[in-house]
Amino acid sequence: MNTQVAPMPLVDRRRRVATLMLTGLAVALFLATLAAICLGAYRMTPSLVWSALSASGDAIASDPALQQAHAVLLTIRLPRVLLALLVGAGFGAAGSALQALFRNPLADPGLIGISSGAALGASTLIVLGPLLGASIGMVSLYFLPIAAFAGALVVSALVYRLAAARGRLALPLLLLAGIAINALVGAAIGLLTYVADDAQLRSLTFWSLGSLGGAQWPVLGAVLPFVLLGVMLIARHSHALNALQLGETEAQHLGVPTQAVKRTVLVASALSVGALVSCTGVIGFIGLVAPHCVRLACGPDQRVVMPGAMLLGALLTVLADLAARTVASPAEVPLGILTALLGAPFFLMLLWRSRSQLGL
Amino acid sequence: MNRERFNGQRRKLLIGGGVMLVAGALRGRALGQPQRRVIVVGGALAEVVYALGAQAGAHGTLVATDTTCTYPAAARELPKVGYQRALSAEGLLSLRPDLILASAEAGPPGVLSQVQKAGVEVVSFPERHDVETVRGKITGIAGALDATTAGNALQAKFDREWQSARQAVEASVLGRNGSPPRVLFVLNHTGNQALAAGQNTAADAMLAYAGARNAMQGFSGYRPLSAEALVSAAPDIVLITDEGLSAVGGPAALLASPGFGATPAGRAKRVVSLDALFLLGFGPRLPAAVAALNQRLGQA
Repeated sequence: MNTQVAPMPLVDRRRRVATLMLTGLAVALFLATLAAICLGAYRMTPSLVWSALSASGDAIASDPALQQAHAVLLTIRLPRVLLALLVGAGFGAAGSALQALFRNPLADPGLIGISSGAALGASTLIVLGPLLGASIGMVSLYFLPIAAFAGALVVSALVYRLAAARGRLALPLLLLAGIAINALVGAAIGLLTYVADDAQLRSLTFWSLGSLGGAQWPVLGAVLPFVLLGVMLIARHSHALNALQLGETEAQHLGVPTQAVKRTVLVASALSVGALVSCTGVIGFIGLVAPHCVRLACGPDQRVVMPGAMLLGALLTVLADLAARTVASPAEVPLGILTALLGAPFFLMLLWRSRSQLGL
Repeated sequence: MNRERFNGQRRKLLIGGGVMLVAGALRGRALGQPQRRVIVVGGALAEVVYALGAQAGAHGTLVATDTTCTYPAAARELPKVGYQRALSAEGLLSLRPDLILASAEAGPPGVLSQVQKAGVEVVSFPERHDVETVRGKITGIAGALDATTAGNALQAKFDREWQSARQAVEASVLGRNGSPPRVLFVLNHTGNQALAAGQNTAADAMLAYAGARNAMQGFSGYRPLSAEALVSAAPDIVLITDEGLSAVGGPAALLASPGFGATPAGRAKRVVSLDALFLLGFGPRLPAAVAALNQRLGQA
């Protein structure tokens, strides 16, 4: 009578784990965001935070303490927390898409030259900008992100161009070209460091460590469209990326326009990560670790991995930045150190616990 | 009755007097501005604040410095806002400053503009390597802290000291000798390579003021130096900071590293070391630093 196929326990279990995990991550992210808004070097009670955010303009103008708290929250802390969310989500999405695309656990946004390209663009402007008669203050405030973004796009386009031949994109070639171009760009940055003067040298170190300290509303406004566009493009291709897990030929037989998918996913990643990196400096590890953790916990379904990686990436970044701001206050610890410090042990623990599933 | 009335009068007088005293004290506090909280970013600027005696009192209170502020000792005791180029906007504001005195090297620029937007006055001072810059720092800081009298006094003292330092240099062995000694300034030594000062550096300017000549010509800023370039530069004396010298392990270890042994300085074992902020800070101790450098180079 019952002709239904027996339920597949693995799929069911994975679905349940996925729902649980996404809900858990969302709740954790919400709490972490609240904590990040309430805590910081500038001490204020949650009630002061609330009144600074909700009070009317007149009430704020009449109370100097409230005014200061309002300024700290609105011009410094809030944009910074939002940028942390964007960075985590953007890196998580791009990382999940690239790992699925390459079918390679080592793929991350840095691999196709986005981060190194941004660093190259920024270093070029810092070191050679003064030759063009631009003053340092102007350079770092406005043109630096633009130069970094341009560098990210140019270098990743170069990597792409090297790997694409006769209308076909060879993924192994893309990986190798990425590694080679990264080395080349590293050498170019080294050369620029060599000719840089003392002051320029110190500005350059920003790029190797990364920081969310530059977060301001105009910056967020400029970055947001790119990240949104990138995430939306990646999300649209979740099914195609799932099919690509079977292999390129198999996916093609399933009717997936593989060349178009590859191109779109790469362009989307370059746009979103390039825009983010151009105003934060190189922030490693999130794009690599977040998708992996989700995949280890609930399987390789891109429809789960991508939102999970975005949530987990945002959670990690918000927490790491909270630590960066508060641990050494009133000074600040570079964010890049903390993302690795937080992410790596977590990742290792997951690896250790699920090594049997990986068949290693 | 009579006595009671007298007592009553006395009580009124006493109370009245007390009220006046309290009122006077309150009015005094109300008239005087509330203590301004000041953060200093930049070693030379902190030195000027202390030289003005403006670190505490009517002109404001120094509440924090950055890690480059190492002199006087009191400046080390204050909370640190981190390295001058890696400031944090919220970290600065958490100390609730009214005024930030910042060297031109303070940054990143975005952070300073955020702090300004939060209503904190930020006064920046250029960092060039000449006497005029130091004079500008003294008058600028005295103006920003409303300490013009102390500023004029410090300025006059600085000018006197500078005059006598210049005269001492001219009268010294280095000044009288026709050819000034060729001095190599080593910022630090990594173990394989020395980072040497070229033109447009604080060390280059100090050497010129002290009657010596920079042995490294033809590049600006600091450059890692190969052993062969070191030999061909042929310095008569090696100048290094105290910190750099202790990091490399003393004069003997410095001269034992590749290249140094084959230079005139290495053969004669002539190494001079001075405190980094004292030597390169371009603060109010500049005349003393020039005189000390001149003397030490002459003795070496």
